[in-house]
Amino acid sequence: MEPIIKIEDLVFDYQSDEDGGTVTAVDHVSLDVERGSFTAVIGRNGSGKSTLAKNVNALLLPSGGAVYVNGYSTADEDKLWEIRRTAGMVFQNPDNQLVSSIVEDDVAFGPENLGVEPAEIRLRVDEALRAVNMYQYRKKAPHLLSGGQKQRVAIAGVAAMRPECIILDEPTAMLDPLGRKEVMDIIRKLHAEGITILLITHFMEEAAQADRVVIMDRGRLALSGTPEEVFSHREEIRDMSLDVPFAVELADRLRKKGAALPEGIICEEGLVNCLCRL
Amino acid sequence: MLRDITLGQYYPGESWIHRLDPRVKILGTFVYLISLFLVKDFWGFLFSVICLGVCIKVSRVPLKFMLRGLKPIFFIILFTFVINMFMTRGTTLWELGFLKITREGLYNAFFMAARLILLIIGSSLLTLTTKPISLTDGVEKLLSPLRRFGVPAHELAMMMTIALRFIPTLLEETDKIMKAQMARGADFESGNLFHRAKSLIPLLVPLFISAFRIATDLAMAMEARCYRGGDQRTRMHGMRLGGRDAAAGTLLTLYLAAIVFQAYAWPLIAPVVRQAV
Repeated sequence: MEPIIKIEDLVFDYQSDEDGGTVTAVDHVSLDVERGSFTAVIGRNGSGKSTLAKNVNALLLPSGGAVYVNGYSTADEDKLWEIRRTAGMVFQNPDNQLVSSIVEDDVAFGPENLGVEPAEIRLRVDEALRAVNMYQYRKKAPHLLSGGQKQRVAIAGVAAMRPECIILDEPTAMLDPLGRKEVMDIIRKLHAEGITILLITHFMEEAAQADRVVIMDRGRLALSGTPEEVFSHREEIRDMSLDVPFAVELADRLRKKGAALPEGIICEEGLVNCLCRL
Repeated sequence: MLRDITLGQYYPGESWIHRLDPRVKILGTFVYLISLFLVKDFWGFLFSVICLGVCIKVSRVPLKFMLRGLKPIFFIILFTFVINMFMTRGTTLWELGFLKITREGLYNAFFMAARLILLIIGSSLLTLTTKPISLTDGVEKLLSPLRRFGVPAHELAMMMTIALRFIPTLLEETDKIMKAQMARGADFESGNLFHRAKSLIPLLVPLFISAFRIATDLAMAMEARCYRGGDQRTRMHGMRLGGRDAAAGTLLTLYLAAIVFQAYAWPLIAPVVRQAV
């Protein structure tokens, strides 16, 4: 089957503020995202991962190469709304992406923009709010919610547009550990329901939950593969000033001390299981 | 502390008036305000006061909330009263030096003060019984026929919605910046007015920058959610006028008719009636 997102040799330059020259944020990146997959893109600040995400949603247009969503090029202006509907986007700051002062009105914003029938909007809003466990807060004002709750409302707002794919641009970066867990649980749940997930993050533990991990470094695609494969390149990951997940790090050090641990340990649960079998 | 602020002065409730369509309430308030300028004598005012009193009773909003709105304009009312009392010519009632109170002056003063008070209380009833967000929706619907004359109805409503949404966010931001500046020794409280105004500059500059940053983020988020202005947009809460609204409309029409009749038709008919009797 055709991949839902197809990035072909993407280059993105932007004007530098200081000297007016151009800076290349994304440098010849090619990437396919399969339908129903859960892909995590990691990289440190300035690695181009957010720029890549905005290119998929046609918020930014490629300087070179092309991005296809559902077969439509993002450069095709006639298909702009179709692309944004297919690939919804959730942003980093939970405060700055909610439009209305009532939760359910905010979730309705997307479907309203699409011109969906009022009765159908009602159904979708209730369904989306239930999916993120925020139904009981539907009449509340967003500023009274916690960061994790606001971010779940933002996810509901995208889910109500019935996208095939959701791109999340560091959705947990501004949340506390509890909020982070709430949001990750919701993301996994949506993935289980068949929505393609493209998660931009810099938390390795989150990336380890994906079925595919892509590491970006200085605008280039550095590593790509299953979490097990990618995190086995421990030295390279450290060279890019990124950390490997805690479980990977611990397993690595135990191995160096002579423990007979198998490769491919990426999460705490897996580590515990292997340690118990020793 | 900033998390608990209430927006506008909405008084939550489920009364008959609370549940009216916002459009009916906005129009009703306009009709009432206009009627206050049509009224010409004491009996007309008495009628408006009674009608407003009934509405307040029905809305179940405590009277003190209504009167609270009068506080900021208390001096304007007093000023109008005094000016009218002393400046109107007519039959002198009382005199002291150049100060003169006339019968007409006293009458005018009460008239004007009553009109101002009723104007404020009448419009408070609207904002006390309608959520800001419904008010916005109502304004959008009411203005939408004017779209073809270039009135940006949807855009105005969207601006109001976003303003309402971001007031608490910006207050939180202000609080944060203020604390950060205070931690570095800024003083917002002492000194004269000029000093205090000057000390606000280091607060306002970062606040403006952060407001612009929020605006950029929000615009991008709205675009990502397919926002493209008001055309072909639908709304989840379709506003439908019900029996309640029809009843309110009828009462409103009757009220306006009564006011107009009493102020304009009655003075013409009265002599004829009296003669016939």
